[in-house]
Amino acid sequence: MSLLDLFKKKGSSDVAKDRLKLLLVSDRANCSPEVMEMIKNDIIKVISKYMVIDAEGLDIQITSTESDGNNGSVPAIYANIPIKDMRNSDK
Amino acid sequence: MSEVIVVTSGKGGVGKTTTTANIGTGLAKLGKKVVMIDTDTGLRNLDVVLGLENRIVYNLVDVVEGNCRLKQAMITDKRCPSLYLLPTAQTRDKSAVTPEQMIKVVEEIKESPEGFDYIILDCPAGIEQGFQNAIAAADRALVVTTPEVSAIRDADRIVGLLDAHGLKDHEDLIVNRIRMDMVNRGEMMSINDVNDILQLNVIGAVPDDENIVVATNKGQPLVGDDSLAGQAYMNICRRIIGEEVPFLDLNGKGGFFKKLSSIFKSDKKN
Repeated sequence: MSLLDLFKKKGSSDVAKDRLKLLLVSDRANCSPEVMEMIKNDIIKVISKYMVIDAEGLDIQITSTESDGNNGSVPAIYANIPIKDMRNSDK
Repeated sequence: MSEVIVVTSGKGGVGKTTTTANIGTGLAKLGKKVVMIDTDTGLRNLDVVLGLENRIVYNLVDVVEGNCRLKQAMITDKRCPSLYLLPTAQTRDKSAVTPEQMIKVVEEIKESPEGFDYIILDCPAGIEQGFQNAIAAADRALVVTTPEVSAIRDADRIVGLLDAHGLKDHEDLIVNRIRMDMVNRGEMMSINDVNDILQLNVIGAVPDDENIVVATNKGQPLVGDDSLAGQAYMNICRRIIGEEVPFLDLNGKGGFFKKLSSIFKSDKKN
């Protein structure tokens, strides 16, 4: 990181960068919003078998992550699933 | 043997034609023999940027269709005798030329006894036939982008297509229209940021300079003059011919931000 970043408050360039990073990963993965929606619904179905989750607050994205194998970043599915109740015994 | 370079971007209006005109002229000023080919059939503009619009008799489509010989369609630049323009047709569309025909024309220029050093292809916007024609014969690509989300996204798509065409590791990036005042305020992505996102070698950065508009008004590329953009373009030309040229300080005016930017420049060059 450069010295410049120290006294730079978050400007629109950072917003642009963050948006681009996500955009390019999904462009490159060639994953349509419809497919993402299907993945999301299936995740909700599976997790709901075991606990109560907040389906509205569920956030799913394709991003990139460091991989140990081929010393670079690989696409990854990131899902943030808020749990409402850890109920898994009343089944 | 001539090297064939395509100047491309995906998105329109980022400065492909201006870049082609300045790089072609700059390479000629460095003593190279250069042919520029406008492949934007139907929307040609390279002739206007170069100030050669009144000299066109024959064009690329005439050559392809056999209405004239290649030599008859090549216009010599009035200022640089080692610089030639092969314009395209204005009243036809992209389907008038095929990639195979484009390769044939480029091969004929390569084999001509004059011994051209560089053939530079000005690519149209988009990824359709015009783009396919332009990249068909290329050995190397210069991808032009601006520090904007839309232009960078399109550049990434273009790089994917160039990779698939076998040009991987023969692609360089030109970041055009940088405004250092905005970069310093955090309101525009820096060269560093663009490099980070696209993971492509940056061969040059050109500032948003009003002298470009003046030069285009006159039809005289500004490469090599003492404006910031003129210097930036000349540096790109020197890097193309293999010289090591340090990056220009695009701030222009000195002062506080100049010192700051030199700090982030040093971490960019890793």
